[in-house]
Amino acid sequence: MVAETTLTSPLRLEGVRKRFQRGKESVLALDGLDLDLAPGQVTGLLGPDGAGKTTLLRLAAGLLRPSEGRVFLFGREGGAEDKDLQVRIGYMPQRFGLYEDLTVQENLDLYSDLQGLDPEQARHRQDELLTLTALGPFGKRRAGALSGGMKQKLGLACALLRAPPLLLLDEPTVGVDPIARRELWEIVQGLRAAGTTVLMSTAYFDEAERCDSLVLLHQGRLLRQGSPERFTEPLRGRCYRVRHADERRRALRESLQQRPGVRDARIVADGVRVLTGPEPVTPEAGERWEPMPPTFEDAFVDLLGSGGAGSVATASAASPVSVGDAAAETVVEVKELRKCFGRYEAVKSSTFTVRRGEIFGLLGANGAGKTTTFRMLCGLLPPSGGSLRVAGVDMRRAGSTARARLGYVAQKFALYGNLSVDQNLAFFAAAYDLGGPARRAAMARAREEFQLAPYGAVNADDLPLGIKQRLALACALLHEPTILFLDEPTSGVDPLTRREFWQRINALAAQGVTVLITTHFMDEAEYCDRLVLMSRGAVLAQGSPTELRTLAQSPDRPDPSMEEAFIQLIEAHESPLRQAS
Amino acid sequence: MNLRRLRALVRKEFLQILRDPSAIAIAFFMPVFLLLLFGYGVSLDARHIPLAVVVDRPTAETASFVGGLERSSYFAPRFFPGMRQARRALGKRRVDGIVWLRSRFSRRILRGETTSIGVFVNGVDANNARIVEGYLEGVWQNWQAQRALAAGQPLVVPVKGQERIWFNPALRSRDYLVPGLIAVIMTLIGALLTALVVAREWERGTMEALMATPAQMTEILLGKLIPYYVMGMGGMLLSVAMAVGLFDVPLRGSFAVLLLVSTLFLLVALGMGLLISSVARNQFVAGQIAIVVTFLPAFILSGFIFYIPSMPAPIRILTHLVAARYFVSILQTLFLAGDVWPVILGNSLALTLMAIFFLGLTLRRSHKRLD
Repeated sequence: MVAETTLTSPLRLEGVRKRFQRGKESVLALDGLDLDLAPGQVTGLLGPDGAGKTTLLRLAAGLLRPSEGRVFLFGREGGAEDKDLQVRIGYMPQRFGLYEDLTVQENLDLYSDLQGLDPEQARHRQDELLTLTALGPFGKRRAGALSGGMKQKLGLACALLRAPPLLLLDEPTVGVDPIARRELWEIVQGLRAAGTTVLMSTAYFDEAERCDSLVLLHQGRLLRQGSPERFTEPLRGRCYRVRHADERRRALRESLQQRPGVRDARIVADGVRVLTGPEPVTPEAGERWEPMPPTFEDAFVDLLGSGGAGSVATASAASPVSVGDAAAETVVEVKELRKCFGRYEAVKSSTFTVRRGEIFGLLGANGAGKTTTFRMLCGLLPPSGGSLRVAGVDMRRAGSTARARLGYVAQKFALYGNLSVDQNLAFFAAAYDLGGPARRAAMARAREEFQLAPYGAVNADDLPLGIKQRLALACALLHEPTILFLDEPTSGVDPLTRREFWQRINALAAQGVTVLITTHFMDEAEYCDRLVLMSRGAVLAQGSPTELRTLAQSPDRPDPSMEEAFIQLIEAHESPLRQAS
Repeated sequence: MNLRRLRALVRKEFLQILRDPSAIAIAFFMPVFLLLLFGYGVSLDARHIPLAVVVDRPTAETASFVGGLERSSYFAPRFFPGMRQARRALGKRRVDGIVWLRSRFSRRILRGETTSIGVFVNGVDANNARIVEGYLEGVWQNWQAQRALAAGQPLVVPVKGQERIWFNPALRSRDYLVPGLIAVIMTLIGALLTALVVAREWERGTMEALMATPAQMTEILLGKLIPYYVMGMGGMLLSVAMAVGLFDVPLRGSFAVLLLVSTLFLLVALGMGLLISSVARNQFVAGQIAIVVTFLPAFILSGFIFYIPSMPAPIRILTHLVAARYFVSILQTLFLAGDVWPVILGNSLALTLMAIFFLGLTLRRSHKRLD
């Protein structure tokens, strides 16, 4: 599109270090980063939490100055005060910078004026972008009233008004439902075709594989840069899908993970995916090992390790049950549950049952009604209609009796940030009415099971996200509940931590604890025994992961992923709604 | 500076103000609320002070003296049979003072001898005690003068004060409070509102997005200054209208001067608000800082209620750092006395210096960067 972009690199970093002062400590967010972005490509920026992705994007946008080293944009140095450079960059921050009190059109007008588009040009470009993002019918709606996906698209449209040669996107697809994610990705594809250079950070491996080039950061350093193939090629011949005639996936995964030579084992559709070390591993009897092409997730795990929790030690909390037994007692029974907030129907008539020892998932995008359902199940919100029984108790009548038997981990963990790990444990133990020896025993058990002993004196706010998640789980399990509710425990958590977390959940379920969990990560559905798919307050489908995937099977798509199944189910359910609203 | 960008920013701010009721509440509801509270509820004048009266032996003389107390609008006398009961009532704060006319009172008066009345005042509230004391003295002297007049022999007092109360002849404390209140209200709108709305942009991530556009920092700052200047002046005009229309406070100075000095003061307040928001990037902290650093000092140290010359020296020096102090002084003069140029010019100079200081510092501190 612009001739010179094909000659000079749109973004080049030379030995960039960036230090932040956090209290008395100095934190090194970027540590000697050299980077060169190829023009006209979509580059994905990946790495665990705290790897320096946002810092890198802000440096590129000129919003931060490097502590050391140099940042070149189109061959020039200059920050946010350099107007010539600024008109050539589109930047969408993680919180997309929309004015929620302003309508879609007013937001677009504001950014058109700020970008200095003349009125004629602005109208033309806005029409183009409204068509591209399918936001046309919502021009008069306030940005605050848009769904998460529409907000992201509007934020993207605002960053694209000037058709910038370089576009910087900070996690544009986080917390967005699969349909909106696919739409956003199509927009980005269109930009690539128009010659725009895109640098976007993402937490999704499938998006990474669709990028032209990838940058993997770890602890502020560049771990590797190159095409997705450059990441996956070295792993060729080391990836397998393992199936076993008798053993269930969860038990099989556990046994494979422990085996020498296995780097990583994770549950996927129809089996367990295994990444081995360079040495081949001999299959055991009854196992069928099928070679698979390597994916970026394998490379990510190979480069960064599988999260450090190879073994998750657990003491028995409840008596084990034969999992998946259809005759097992029903612990949660929900019938035609409804919840209205004023005129807004947050949950519309959902019905499902959960049996003892199951991992039961509630899947859906933000705003699907998962958290509201959860709060009703825990007796934190009175339902507007329907019945629900938890552990045999009617939650509408005797909430507190049932509550003593369930553990609840709220979104964002709800820990006391300025109390230490030990103090948090002691507080929650006291809150669950554990006294004296019982409290000491519970705390000791939690410290051991969740490997929290080394962090005893650290304040919860200062913990890494993964440890914080462990602490929250430990606190919810102090009183040995038989039912555990987890509300979006993996939101915003990096892939490695998510993996470790699921190992713990599996171990708990193996002990007979019933786990109910909400998530918007479709790949996590495979870890559940059964699940419901929710969208806009309604249950679209329920069943085992395999059953749900089968629902979406068609001749041209014989083996759909959970995400594809979800998209298809939502589209079938909502296509009249989406057109109408 | 690009006018289109500036216009877009100002327009955006006004749209937000219109749609977010909290800004309108602070700018227009607070002034009305505070003015009604201070105009009707708070008064520094002492009226209807409950007073115990103990008369040991009622006579025509005691009746005439007590009649003087009853006629005075300052006192609400209540009769007690003896000192014991009166003392108890004082202890329970049911009365603020006791007047004791002893049994020898009438006898000595009639003989033309010097006599005394017992006066006990509850000194817990020192200010009130002094007022009670002074008023009683007045009633006493008045009664004596009347008696002398009735007897046909004017009371001979060697020195007599010729009192003339200027500017607020009715001595209505409301006339004095309301102008000062306008200064407090404008501090609130200028500093608190600005600090909050800029912090909100940081909190919601919109500031980051603004900075990534070609908009310059001066435009972003002016985009905040202009709308909240308009809001502040709106709040001020509303307050002035209420003061003059509802509370009958006279406005003796010129309206043009009032507008000019208000503009000057508003620039100081807005500058403080912007400076606070450049330090505190979340609304809660920004609000706390704005209240502690601007609103409370304007309330306490500006001379709006508490008289500055009677403060201890260190506090008096501190009041010079409070911008509202200069504005209160100008406003009280403008409303009650008129265009007294030495007062207006001197204080305006102080306000100008402060405006330059705060706005300059804000401009220096504001970069289009997050670190």
